[in-house]
Amino acid sequence: MSRKPLNPFASTYQPSPTTTTYDEKYEMPRRASSPRVKKFANFFSTSPKSKSETQTATAALLAAASAQQQFLLNTPSSQISSPSLSLPTISLSTARADSANMDEPPTTLFQPPSPAEARRIAKAHAQFGPLGHPTHRYTSRHQGGAFPEPVMDEPPYWYLLTTYLSYLILIVFGHVRDYFGKRFRKHDYRHLQAHDGYAALNSDFDNFYVRRLKMRINDCFARPVTGVPGRYITLIDRKSDDHNLHFKLTGTTTETLNMSSYNYLGFAQSQGPCADYVEEIIKKYGLTVGSTRGDVGTTDLHVDVEELIARFVGKQSAMVFSMGFGTNATAFPALIGKGCLVISDELNHASIRFGARLSGAMIEMFRHNDVKDLERLLREVISQGQPRTHRPWKRILVVVEGLYSMEGTMCNLPGIVALKKKYKFNLFVDEAHSIGALGPKGKGVCDYFGINPADVDILMGTLTKSFGANGGYIAGDKAIIDKLRVSNAGSLYGESPAPALLAQISASLRIIAGEFVPGQGEERLQRLAFNSRYLRLGLKRLGFIVYGHDDSPIIPVLLYNPAKMPAFSHEMLKRKISVVVVGYPATPLVSSRARFCVSASHTKDDLDRLLEACDEIGNVLQLKFSSGIAGGAEPLPEGVTPEMEKEWKRAEKNGVQGEITYQPPRWKLDDVLKRGVQDVKAPLR
Amino acid sequence: MDLQYAQHWLNDILNEVSTQFQKVPGSAIFLRYVKSSYQNDPVRSAVELFLVLFAIRYLLSPKYSTQKKSYVTLSDEEIDELVDDWTPEPLVAPQTQFEEAENEKRPIIVGPTGPKSKLSNGRTVTNLASYNFYNLVGNETLKEKAIQVLRTYGVGPCSPPGFYGTQDVHIKTEADIAAHLGAPACIMYAQAFSTISSVIPAFSKRGDIIVADKAVNYAIRKGIQISRSTVRWYEHNDLEDMERVLGKVVREQSKKPLTRRFIVTEGLFENVGDMLDLPKTIELKLKYKFRLILDETWSFGVLGRTGRGITEHQNVDAAEVDMIVGSLAGPLCAGGGFCAGSDEIVEHQRISAAAYTFSAALPAMLATTASEVLSMLESNPEMLTSVRDNIKTMWAQLDPRSDWIYCTSSAENPIMILALKLEVVLGRKLSMADQEQLLQEVVDETLANGVMITRVKSMPRAINATSKDVGWELQPALKVCITSGLSRKEIERAGITIRHAVTKIMTRKR
Repeated sequence: MSRKPLNPFASTYQPSPTTTTYDEKYEMPRRASSPRVKKFANFFSTSPKSKSETQTATAALLAAASAQQQFLLNTPSSQISSPSLSLPTISLSTARADSANMDEPPTTLFQPPSPAEARRIAKAHAQFGPLGHPTHRYTSRHQGGAFPEPVMDEPPYWYLLTTYLSYLILIVFGHVRDYFGKRFRKHDYRHLQAHDGYAALNSDFDNFYVRRLKMRINDCFARPVTGVPGRYITLIDRKSDDHNLHFKLTGTTTETLNMSSYNYLGFAQSQGPCADYVEEIIKKYGLTVGSTRGDVGTTDLHVDVEELIARFVGKQSAMVFSMGFGTNATAFPALIGKGCLVISDELNHASIRFGARLSGAMIEMFRHNDVKDLERLLREVISQGQPRTHRPWKRILVVVEGLYSMEGTMCNLPGIVALKKKYKFNLFVDEAHSIGALGPKGKGVCDYFGINPADVDILMGTLTKSFGANGGYIAGDKAIIDKLRVSNAGSLYGESPAPALLAQISASLRIIAGEFVPGQGEERLQRLAFNSRYLRLGLKRLGFIVYGHDDSPIIPVLLYNPAKMPAFSHEMLKRKISVVVVGYPATPLVSSRARFCVSASHTKDDLDRLLEACDEIGNVLQLKFSSGIAGGAEPLPEGVTPEMEKEWKRAEKNGVQGEITYQPPRWKLDDVLKRGVQDVKAPLR
Repeated sequence: MDLQYAQHWLNDILNEVSTQFQKVPGSAIFLRYVKSSYQNDPVRSAVELFLVLFAIRYLLSPKYSTQKKSYVTLSDEEIDELVDDWTPEPLVAPQTQFEEAENEKRPIIVGPTGPKSKLSNGRTVTNLASYNFYNLVGNETLKEKAIQVLRTYGVGPCSPPGFYGTQDVHIKTEADIAAHLGAPACIMYAQAFSTISSVIPAFSKRGDIIVADKAVNYAIRKGIQISRSTVRWYEHNDLEDMERVLGKVVREQSKKPLTRRFIVTEGLFENVGDMLDLPKTIELKLKYKFRLILDETWSFGVLGRTGRGITEHQNVDAAEVDMIVGSLAGPLCAGGGFCAGSDEIVEHQRISAAAYTFSAALPAMLATTASEVLSMLESNPEMLTSVRDNIKTMWAQLDPRSDWIYCTSSAENPIMILALKLEVVLGRKLSMADQEQLLQEVVDETLANGVMITRVKSMPRAINATSKDVGWELQPALKVCITSGLSRKEIERAGITIRHAVTKIMTRKR
């Protein structure tokens, strides 16, 4: 079963029929000559250093692309993952670049990998797991119809009550300790109190919170790591003798399953085509360009990446910055000012608030993802005009995020775009998390909903997450971007992105778009979509309260009680899984949560391991309190369609019981794992 | 008769009420309390009763907002009409001619940045515009080390530092910077430009006081703005004026509760290029009990015997400065920024500095490069002296010899800021825009002669800002960045090119 027919990008490098000989194949980089073949063979060798200096990176990537095609045509498996690029274990009749001797047909079909080779493969798999089964893929796309509001389940009141009580106890204890501490251990509190005419350096509630509440669970935050944050992440073990005030490294490391990094498409890799291209570029360009974009910090690489991004997101122009936070912080003052209004979702990221505050415009907020509330607000502000003077607003900028990093919800873009047509405001969508992570082609929320990117004025995003680099971009019409280039502080004063980062962005974008290594980008996108739905469905069926939309790769599991945050994190660490736990002030006070970030580099086995861990921990910590309204229900019996069920529910509602009853889902782990793959493809319930 | 009947009826009711009232537990205590506390003063009781009634009325009254006093109630049809009428301005204003030209002429370097750079028009020019002072961009050792890091860590850390984004290399580089500076601790940010805009609001809040130099860079201004603190400006690099302002603040605040007070200034000024008198500043800060936030973006890695910055240059203990903010991206040719200070100061930023908490960590290879460059500077201080020699050579070509421009930078600053002389500006009545235009022509002319320099970019004006909002305006100037990658001869030649270009543009017939 060839993957070719499913691959819409294959046309870029339409492979010749299978009979194509080896030499013809590598004519593709045009200047190819016989030494090129040898260089290409080196491309797959264990030591990346041995690669020829003169070989251009583009040629290398093109060659990788053709090798991939060749591999696809030669192998019956549909598996396309980056390690498969360099897996030299199966040697079929056609000569392959990595076979030991090109002239002689190999006599054995299977060669066990040498120990060095095995280590290398293990390392590659630790960064990006191989696809377990061809069915573990799904396309991230809005299925049509109205975009459903995610149902927010609530735990029994007992848990809310104990949560408030816990915070009360923590705060009371904190104040008692501060009271005595300030009197008896003056030295430790020096910076918190006024002394010799200096006011306390920090004395507000935030500081109290950090010292007295966060400090207790500090070992769950900022755990030092080493190596690539891929499928696995290596934690550097540490311990504390003074209640998390200081940490000592114990000198050992632990390799854990990485459910925490924003590595959605699995491009955090130290080998493979991206890393090879980065190496080429470092060799050629050095590490920095040593200037700002406004001065002379623009190289051909910048121009190339900006064009790529603009094409990828479907806009005329784009500009890149060296920091995602800085992108937002400097974009707003260049777009809006006095007499303008920013309407922002209440859960927008801190960088948006930072930028909006800097701009000097008025700021209004609407309820998270609530289009009705947005419309109410729009009618009010447009009809009332500016406060006091009632002058009309010069412009109104509505700012939403594509995917919210703490909630896992997507913005209701169709609803907002409909409003935009009526109310004529400008729309800014921050795709920090959604670019690469959503949509059949990974192009973000517009792609997911099938909305024309022209309906959004400004598309902003980060290059940190899906692309495994660092930085941010802004894309829009050429007139807008050209103006921003001369008026945006980030481009006038901020350092220009480093060549290595641009190389990573360029290579990963080309892979996603199918220009390099065709098929791999698509595999990454589809595996991410499958993994997201699979894990979400599994957690719901086990009985956890999970927030967010079904296709979102961010999956927050609600914990509520503050003490359950460290407990959950420690239990997971015991099972060698690293997770992020977040509480107030990043979330509302009651809804502390653990957050899983799914990646394309995870295999189904990894997720099963996580589900098993969640099942055990959920039982111990009493986390399974979902009521069933948010999903996780039993699948419908044979022959019953969702429409029939709806009818039946409606009838029931009018009947004796009065309202729809939900069965709290408490599936057995075995059933979850057994039914997961097939049920993921249907609408989740 | 009727009246008597009514009186009876009333008495019955009152009796009934009082018996019922006495049946309520605690009623006797309540009555005794009322009687004793008011000492049977009926007027006072009446007033209090009135207050109770008022409170009840207040609580039951409908809610209204104090902010929306000018709210006009409109019907749905009227709102629809207003919505239809409203036409917003376009999202961005059209470009001015000057801006268009700037976008068009912006040089694009093809290939690596170096002392000689190839541009997209095919010409190779002498690059005196990049911050490549030590010619480290093309350094092979650094490239080799960076590739090793790439093969161990990948490119990006994919996480903010608080969530598994802190890598061992970050911890090591932070320790290296702190050790190099002689500060107790250090925290690293992912972008130099965003560093100080986050450091200032992490400490200075509403009601606190910031005393700042008028010529501080854009990032500091934005940091001050976001902190919402009260800001007092003093004349650029005028420490007597600083003392005057500090004294005034202390006098004004003497009756009020104690608030945090900060002095914010730069080591080498980004917009002017001159140097701060740090010992005197420290003396004033101690005298008036202010904390000092020092932006060393352009002095760290440049001043001092081993590039420790202004503290080394002027023999001041780095621990005397409360916060030193610096860049790893400029002179060090890596990426990111840092803030060094005491443990409390650094740890506080890890949770409350927006650009640290809400941004991904610095890529590992840039962090290790910064470490590497620091150890190069420490072990090889000749790197700095060779740049200083080149600075002297360039100075000799420009400052004393040109009739039109003078250098505002300090003599150790490899970024030479060249502004038009005051008599030229006054004599020809040049406005800021005229000067910018002239200097841009100088930049173009110099580039045409094979030397790439640049201008100090003016601060972007806030949109819809009125003339009242514009504060200090920096004088337009040329920016020439010296590098050790060029020989003395080449620097001399470049200097002559720049001087001649200036003369040509300034003496040209209109």
